[in-house]
Amino acid sequence: MSIQVDDPILEVQGLYKSFGAVRALGGISFSLGRGEVLAVLGDNGAGKSTLVKCIAGTHVPDAGRIVVDGREVSFRSPREARDRGVEMVYQDLALFGNLSAAQNFYAGRELVWPRWAGRAGFLRERAMLAETRATLDRLGVGIPDIKADLAQMSGGQRQAIAVARAVTFASKIVILDEPTAALGLREGARVHDLVRLLADSGVSVILISHNMQEVTELADRAVVVRRGQIVGEEIPTPDNHARIVSLIVGAIPGITEKKEKR
Amino acid sequence: MDSAVLDRTSEQRRARALEVALRVLGAGPVLILVALCIAIAIARPVFFTVVNLQNVLLQSSAVAILAIGSLVVIVTGGIDLSIGSTMALATVIGWLVFQPLGASSGILVVLAMIGLGLVVGLVNGLAYVLGRIPHPFIVTLAMLSIAQSIGTVITHGQPLPGMPDLVNWLGRGFIGVIPVPALLVAIVAILASLFLKRTQWGRWIFAVGGDTEAAKRMSIPVPGVLISAYVICGGMAGLAGVLLAGNIGGASATVGQSAGGLLDAIAAVIIGGASILGGRGTVFNCLIGALLIGVIRNGLALMGFSPFLQGLLVGTTILLAVQLDVVRTMVERRIRTIQANVGAL
Repeated sequence: MSIQVDDPILEVQGLYKSFGAVRALGGISFSLGRGEVLAVLGDNGAGKSTLVKCIAGTHVPDAGRIVVDGREVSFRSPREARDRGVEMVYQDLALFGNLSAAQNFYAGRELVWPRWAGRAGFLRERAMLAETRATLDRLGVGIPDIKADLAQMSGGQRQAIAVARAVTFASKIVILDEPTAALGLREGARVHDLVRLLADSGVSVILISHNMQEVTELADRAVVVRRGQIVGEEIPTPDNHARIVSLIVGAIPGITEKKEKR
Repeated sequence: MDSAVLDRTSEQRRARALEVALRVLGAGPVLILVALCIAIAIARPVFFTVVNLQNVLLQSSAVAILAIGSLVVIVTGGIDLSIGSTMALATVIGWLVFQPLGASSGILVVLAMIGLGLVVGLVNGLAYVLGRIPHPFIVTLAMLSIAQSIGTVITHGQPLPGMPDLVNWLGRGFIGVIPVPALLVAIVAILASLFLKRTQWGRWIFAVGGDTEAAKRMSIPVPGVLISAYVICGGMAGLAGVLLAGNIGGASATVGQSAGGLLDAIAAVIIGGASILGGRGTVFNCLIGALLIGVIRNGLALMGFSPFLQGLLVGTTILLAVQLDVVRTMVERRIRTIQANVGAL
């Protein structure tokens, strides 16, 4: 089956990926609207991480098409995805405890001077610092000292920095892998605000989460992945939690499975 | 409500106080060095004479260069055990170039020594990264053995006297009262510091050492960064070979393993507060570490103690410096907890 929206920012068609004998993705198709927050749900090992990693360039799919903003892409690395406006916030955040907030912000894509010196170029520390401060202020993320090492920051502050980094550099799609799993309530709420801000600014969000309340609160739409296939699609409301959970664990046969039986 | 606000500001004040404590702990190596110098000077006023300080600098220069090279590798989270043998082999290679060409071969000899170091570093880096050998400890342990063996075969284990004037000048010359090798160390230290702290590649060295996985995710060319660190370290070992050859006025394949070589260099880096797990360390503190070891050795000689006591004192200093670092990490964690409680987002 395929779940389509009009004028999508992202279209995924028939995505397959196997690791040795294990089939992680068995022909997944869906699309993502502009400014939409789409929750991808599924039990552990259902294939949701593999799916988003294919979109973010960490994995290369075996077969299938990925179309970003009307152009077919085949990312071979996260850098290629990033260059096309697709950023991912990993569950482990991909942050450096020994670097400051500002240094983390620009890790791997530092501003240098002079340009021709390339990687031997000098870091434009002040420009990066100012830019980081401006972005964090704009997003309402209060970091007491953005020059302090990240090792001194709380889980919520780190998460906020990782999300803010993705927000700054993603022009089209941000993928969030369990963004609040490790956070307390208050810090989680701040990350939720960030996600909303992101969607309001026209960037699309793919949200992986196990927290149904979070999904209801943030997502415009949810797709459920089971055994490498999309087995259902719902608009999450407080009323259909139970139904969605049943889809996730397989208590209700999914749409594709019904079709197979026919 | 009011008390909650008060509570929050007092917590923030505590966090700030802890941050100050963190800075003081970061200055630990300098404080140890200053205290040691004062103690020795009180016992033996001759310590603070020009000649004696010159001696300290002359004795510490090669170790300081080795330590700067080690620092680059240690910041990536690695280790290079081969620097001592590489330094020794470099003196031998320099001597081989010097022999047929004679006194005017200075620049060639220097280039040959540094070049040998770069090649050894490149082999280390390639074997570790491309050969996928699990830990640089293994690769560089093998290289320690190989370089030492080659050097010993060439020299038959004998010291070989004779070096061109340029090398002798670099190793034990003076400009005014300043020893040339100390000046060289200063220049290398400034360049290394600029490279590590101010360039994009230098930042990537810290990023790789901080978290290799994250570095990959952020598209930092991890293999290239790692290989470059070993090449730089090897080059430094070659340069240290120049200073050593100049200092002893010849070549020797059997120097450089313990005191005055590998172990002193790594000790200097660790005393300087660099993390052996990677990601943290400064060139400046590394020099402080090298000086500290030089001062310990010098102080023992001045007081007429057995030079073999050096190991005891250096070892104690390592433990002391690392203990300070452990306290530092605890303070860091405390700050993190306060940040989370205050919820300053």
